[in-house]
Amino acid sequence: MKYESQKIAYAYFAVAMALFAIQVIGGLLAGLIYVFPNFLSELLPFNIVRMLHTNSLIVWLILGFFGAAYFLIPEESEREIHSTKLAYLQLIILVVGTLGVVVTYVFNLFEGNWLLGKEGREFLEQPKWVKAGIVVAALIFLYNVSMTVLKGKKTAITNILLLGLWGLALLFLFAFYNPGNLALDKQYWWYVVHLWVEGVWELIMASILAYLMLKLTGVDREIVEKWLYVIVAAALFSGILGTGHHYYWIGTPAYWQWIGSIFSSLEVIPFFAMMAFAFVMVWKGRRDHPNKAALLWSLGCATLAFFGAGVWGFLHTLHGVNYYTHGTQITAAHGHLAFYGAYVCLNLAIFSYAMPILKNRDPYNQVLNMGSFWLMTSGMVFMTFVLTFGGTVQTHMQRVVGEYFMDVQDQIAIFYWMRLGSGIVVVLGALLFIYSIWVPRKEVIDAGTAKTPAE
Amino acid sequence: MSDTSLIDELPGELLMWVLIISELLVFGAGMIAFMGVRLTDPVGFAEAQSHLHRTGAAFNTAVLVTSGYLAAQALHWRQAARRGAARLALIGAALLGVVFLIIKGTEYADKAAQGIGFETHPFFLFYYLLTGFHAAHVLAGVGILLLVSWRDDPRNIEAGAQFWHMVDLVWIMLFPVIYLLG
Repeated sequence: MKYESQKIAYAYFAVAMALFAIQVIGGLLAGLIYVFPNFLSELLPFNIVRMLHTNSLIVWLILGFFGAAYFLIPEESEREIHSTKLAYLQLIILVVGTLGVVVTYVFNLFEGNWLLGKEGREFLEQPKWVKAGIVVAALIFLYNVSMTVLKGKKTAITNILLLGLWGLALLFLFAFYNPGNLALDKQYWWYVVHLWVEGVWELIMASILAYLMLKLTGVDREIVEKWLYVIVAAALFSGILGTGHHYYWIGTPAYWQWIGSIFSSLEVIPFFAMMAFAFVMVWKGRRDHPNKAALLWSLGCATLAFFGAGVWGFLHTLHGVNYYTHGTQITAAHGHLAFYGAYVCLNLAIFSYAMPILKNRDPYNQVLNMGSFWLMTSGMVFMTFVLTFGGTVQTHMQRVVGEYFMDVQDQIAIFYWMRLGSGIVVVLGALLFIYSIWVPRKEVIDAGTAKTPAE
Repeated sequence: MSDTSLIDELPGELLMWVLIISELLVFGAGMIAFMGVRLTDPVGFAEAQSHLHRTGAAFNTAVLVTSGYLAAQALHWRQAARRGAARLALIGAALLGVVFLIIKGTEYADKAAQGIGFETHPFFLFYYLLTGFHAAHVLAGVGILLLVSWRDDPRNIEAGAQFWHMVDLVWIMLFPVIYLLG
């Protein structure tokens, strides 16, 4: 660790991993409710469990991004973070807000209260005081990292990272607008969620991946930057108007069907470019970095993001296809592999890279960490296939043949059982990952022995 | 490595090529979709097409190609250190872009007067999407041409001309597909 303030990332990563554990356990509960529909129905109804599963995912991923920014910006800018105190204050605000949401939701406190209660929305559902807290925390964060970058060295990686993080914070402001019209509510909701995961988060992903490639493979910065700019251009070109693929059936004009189909089909390109980038860098790289686990997660991230976000996204993005598949288990298959590949693996890659450095020791216990990669990944890929096949059967029976929703659900129960099985594997993998990061202390491995080839 | 040298040999800005290829993919996909949907209703499409102004569009083709010629000349002149001539050519190219927009605008106004909109017929959905998206690029191109006539570094002029030729090329493909083929 070159800069003392990089230590901030340690606290962020710790909270992120705790929420990661809660998220996958929430997923396990939801998977159980699919096969035992009355399981916990009084205590924790399905809608609450689902909310916990998806929202804790978003929150821990963002905490991971914040931690990654605090970790890599000092190294890139070659100076300490502007204010360590503000960084911890920001984390405290976010943790209090998160706990506030969970408690308000689970016990339905302050019902009907404008400031403290729920807003009655399906998504972007936080009490207003939490939304305000998120904005304050985001402002603190942006001030803190922007001041650091402005006073220090500016690199393509920090520029793109800051662009992504500013976009993330500014787009969240749409969450404050809560129109009575449900179609409008959805339209603005996608301004937040779509423009996050298929817009500015891709910038964050590309810049963190570029940082990891720079460190792990030792390729020239100039080459990394050229790739980075091309990836970012392709992501924004396709992703912004690609929002149209959410506007097929919510009452928006028909031209969105063609705008959405065409632009979102191109969204596969930046994900393909990121995969090509990661592998080309490793092939060209001359450095044999001892942290093999971080490299595995980085390559896994780029590959699984291409399949989950790119291929599985394209699978149902054309409006002629989506007319039949909308809201079936095909969507769930895409959602799981896309989030896992693009953003979960990315975070676990930077955790795997940074944590040994933050703890000031050699990259340790790579076997357990790499084992957790294969466990989680095989579980998630199996779940994706199961949900894809289940979704195909569901699409045919429900949308083509026209049988009733619940009758079809009974018919595809076997797929839900297999999904539960694969979910258990993912949870075990996640717990193994957390164990491998925090617990073992002794194992030390030798630095790579490969020699630099003659030039 | 062969791939880096290929990219290094590319004239102009790499990112401009990324943009141009992306634009061509979008317009190409739009035209393929248009022709695909036309197969489902050839008679309706032919009827809808008869409402278009072919002469105006043909004239506009000549306007854009001339404008593209001026942009190409501007780069030659700038490289031959004839800055004044280059600037005039770029401003001329931008003015022809404005002429294109005026003619296109009268066509849109005429359609609106006839009560023809996005929802009138699938033909017009594609007509408005494709030509409207193209017109937006003409507008952006006019701005870019004026910008590079002001900041007239040869590299800037080259990038501006690259973009303008893409706008030109897209129109040359749109014109026969939308206005002529039946």
